[in-house]
Amino acid sequence: MRIDFTKFLLVAALLFCASSFAKEATASDEPKKDLKTEIKEYVQHHLKDSHDFSLYSYTNEQHEHVYVGFPLPVILWDNGLKVFSSSKFHHGEEIVEVDGSHYKLYHSKIYKTDAEGTINYDEAHHPVNEKPIDFSITKSVVMIFITCLLMFFLFSGLAKSYAKNSGIPTGAGRFFEPIILYIRDDIARPNIGEEKYKKYMPYLLSIFFFIWFLNIFGLTPLGVNVTGNIAITFALALLTFLFTNFTGTKDYWKHIFDPLGDTLPWYGKLLLYPILIPIEVLGIFIKPFSLLIRLYANMQAGHIVLMSLIGLMFIFKSWLGSSLSFGLAFAISLIEILVALLQAYIFTMLSALYFGFASESHAHAEEHEGEIQHL
Amino acid sequence: MEKLIEEFSFGLFFWQTLLFGLLLFLLWKFAWKPILSAVNEREDGIKDALAAAEEAKKEMQNVTADSEKLLKEARAEREAMMKDARDMKNKIVEDAKDAANVEADKMIKQAQATIESEKKAAVAEIKSQVANLSVEIAEKVIKEQLSNKDKQLKLVDEMLGDIKLN
Repeated sequence: MRIDFTKFLLVAALLFCASSFAKEATASDEPKKDLKTEIKEYVQHHLKDSHDFSLYSYTNEQHEHVYVGFPLPVILWDNGLKVFSSSKFHHGEEIVEVDGSHYKLYHSKIYKTDAEGTINYDEAHHPVNEKPIDFSITKSVVMIFITCLLMFFLFSGLAKSYAKNSGIPTGAGRFFEPIILYIRDDIARPNIGEEKYKKYMPYLLSIFFFIWFLNIFGLTPLGVNVTGNIAITFALALLTFLFTNFTGTKDYWKHIFDPLGDTLPWYGKLLLYPILIPIEVLGIFIKPFSLLIRLYANMQAGHIVLMSLIGLMFIFKSWLGSSLSFGLAFAISLIEILVALLQAYIFTMLSALYFGFASESHAHAEEHEGEIQHL
Repeated sequence: MEKLIEEFSFGLFFWQTLLFGLLLFLLWKFAWKPILSAVNEREDGIKDALAAAEEAKKEMQNVTADSEKLLKEARAEREAMMKDARDMKNKIVEDAKDAANVEADKMIKQAQATIESEKKAAVAEIKSQVANLSVEIAEKVIKEQLSNKDKQLKLVDEMLGDIKLN
């Protein structure tokens, strides 16, 4: 397992080395912006997904922007599949022509334009140009892929180490095994119940580590804000939603469409149910929606605060102010490491809770009632 | 909300779902299933081992109790044997003492008897001597009487006086 993992790291490192020297310089003819707007734009840009994997950029003596990083493939669906390298955009400064269509990168999004790259705006300064469907391998996709590889090698290695070492994990598994056991014993078992928790374990473990790893990657200098992206959290919450409703028992649906059961005569239900049932049905959607917003907002907010504090260092430009904001940024970084874990935990915990509702049989109904009030 | 929808990228959603779905499947197959079953197995193993240890402890206790009992018995037996031996010794000593006493008594008695018989013999000899003397005296007296009656009487008195002194 250790050998596999080392190999993987080696390959990753080589990949980075080989391509990180792909420097690109573009002449900047824009007027010089003031520092605050520059930082603001930088933060905004960082929060978004990007079409190339840029590690850092700087302006050299010739007033050229130098980007260090590597380009990623752009895949568009616009009356046929169109694939080209993102380096052709020159970081949004050039228009790319593929099969007679012109595309321009504007604020991390690809728009279809005319040959001059004109972008038309509406009153609220939003571009109104047509957008092709963008299946590009973006920075986030690359990070997801790396995380998937890392998780696969890590946990299949852990699984193998059990067989090799007669049931005792070796290496990194010693660190991860207690976490797996924690998820099983303190998240899945109490929330889902002893009989049915096994069915949901693979999903719970996968989302926990996936979210946690991506959150942590977001805090590294690579600075990829994957879990702070609404598409990602939406995809994760959608899976929880689907799992909840497709594994829902009869009691779960009965609880939604007949929440009061035998406690109320039919004429009472006639009065109450027009209000209650829509609320319950809405609840099905609100639960995963709260998941997606919570994770998105927390990671987004963390990145904004952290980047702003780092930006403050350059705004203050004094030994006191800059060192203070450095200290603050450091403290926030530590808190963010905790938040990274906490958000993964909360997502997993709440998913387990929803699965618990979905898989409850009548015997457990009362038990869970208490838990809801507790929450 | 509008900003969120604006920010939503379908491509990213597509890749995320695809990659995560694949990851979920692969991990389920190659990681979580073997890990969880290995952990379960290990936990069962620990449970069994604990039960076995408990059993062994009980067994051990039984064995200890048994050996304790044996030891006690052995000690009691030893005690009894010691007591017997002591008794035997005492008895032998006592017997020996008794036998010695009896022997001593016997010897003393013999000695006494011997002394008695010796004494008797001596007395008998004295008696015979006295008789002889008496006979001699009587002879002399008779001889004297034949010469002088007074003298004879005087002699008898003297003789008798001598005998008394004896």
